[in-house]
Amino acid sequence: MEFPDELQYTEDHEWVLVEDDSVTVGITDFAQDALGDVVFVELPDVGEMVELGKPFGVVESVKAVSDIYAPVSGEVIEINAALTDEPEVVNSSPYEDAWMIKIKPSNPEEFNDLLSVDEYRALTEED
Amino acid sequence: MLKVTPLNRVHRALGARMVDFGGWDMPVQYAGVIEEHLATRAAAGLFDVSHMGEVEVSGANALDYIQYLTINDAARLVDGQVQYNAICYPDGGVVDDVTVYRFSATHYLFCVNASNTDKDFAWMEKVLAERDFGNVVLRNRSDEFAQLALQGPLAEEILARLTTVDLGAIRYYHFKAGEVAGSETIISRTGYTGEDGFELYCAAADAEKVWHALMTAGADDSLMPIGLGARDTLRLEMKYALYGHELSERITPLEAGLGWITKLDKGDFIGGAALRKQKEAGVPRTLVALRITESGIPRADYPLFCGEREVGVVTSGTMSPSLRCGIGLGLVASDCAAIGTQLTVGIRKKRVAAQIVKPPFIDK
Repeated sequence: MEFPDELQYTEDHEWVLVEDDSVTVGITDFAQDALGDVVFVELPDVGEMVELGKPFGVVESVKAVSDIYAPVSGEVIEINAALTDEPEVVNSSPYEDAWMIKIKPSNPEEFNDLLSVDEYRALTEED
Repeated sequence: MLKVTPLNRVHRALGARMVDFGGWDMPVQYAGVIEEHLATRAAAGLFDVSHMGEVEVSGANALDYIQYLTINDAARLVDGQVQYNAICYPDGGVVDDVTVYRFSATHYLFCVNASNTDKDFAWMEKVLAERDFGNVVLRNRSDEFAQLALQGPLAEEILARLTTVDLGAIRYYHFKAGEVAGSETIISRTGYTGEDGFELYCAAADAEKVWHALMTAGADDSLMPIGLGARDTLRLEMKYALYGHELSERITPLEAGLGWITKLDKGDFIGGAALRKQKEAGVPRTLVALRITESGIPRADYPLFCGEREVGVVTSGTMSPSLRCGIGLGLVASDCAAIGTQLTVGIRKKRVAAQIVKPPFIDK
């Protein structure tokens, strides 16, 4: 299972790439493996506000529906609309092609709660 | 403590993802639900369904008892034949849907849903105790049997390599006893996928041997082990009912589209009076097959609307691996149940368009 060093993570199995004025979010390799074949992705619209810890979208496998949670609060400035037509990319490329949304963060202090790669890896080994 | 089938070790060695299915530790998937589903449709799949229960009914008056206990007409069975049937409560709600195997006029075997086995057996004993049927003996033999399902267009070809029984002579919903890979087996031409295939009942102690023999015999034909995930999508594409979803103590067989097994004129049986009354009055709800015409996947308990009116609920739903779109079954008010009716499904905050279609969802 792969967890890139340059990313940060959440307890709900999202990955987060923090850049100068945006935060990119997707779900981890661990999450996609646990879900199985992803067949549907629902994302918010650009311009919507998301709130730390609240669901902003949905991924569905053949069997189950799972919420995706916002790792930070802010405004959605970009979404990966390609996932609507090709949800299976979440399984094949969770960190690259299957990025989900970009957020303009409203409260940088929230970054302090994100997990490092080592913390996240330890969490997945507990499960 | 979860119950395990005789093949639990095999599933773990194969790296299956295991889940708690009604108190049983069962494989939900091996390679992946979609791949397993498509392999069963294109070639063949092997399923461990040893969690299913088996109850034997025997004795000189076995048939009289079965006729009173169940809704289908078991008197139509001949030796070596299987019948899809159901057991109802007096109010017409369903105790369980079952298959009934006739070995002789005085010897039958019920195959019942795993999580209902204890409930069913207790109900069967209660019914037997409350009336004088004469000579009838019930035995819960669930722990003695393992059950494997070999399903798919290549099922007969693969099984033929392991048995001298003339499989071509076993017609749909018929069975023969014989050896498979050297083990005494009931070979039944039945299944829950819509594909040709067999359900094989052998001794629990022989399960690993028969499983490995089948996997080896089918290796060159891409035979794959199939988990409960694909078992569910395969049955849904056929509109086969699953107890707890399309059938329950609060849903009658007439509502669930099982009028064809409800033999109201066969004589007195449990639930008969209530079902006759419902038939005369007209069923309030009807089970329909839904195909999503936009983007989205229906799931159990999502509400169904006709215009602005809430008319029912989804009982099961999935993404169909064959059709690559959302499909589902739902119970709706009977005045909105015609084929072709446009409904919407409440999926989270949206209303997603769906059409009632003629089942099965795929050409079979």
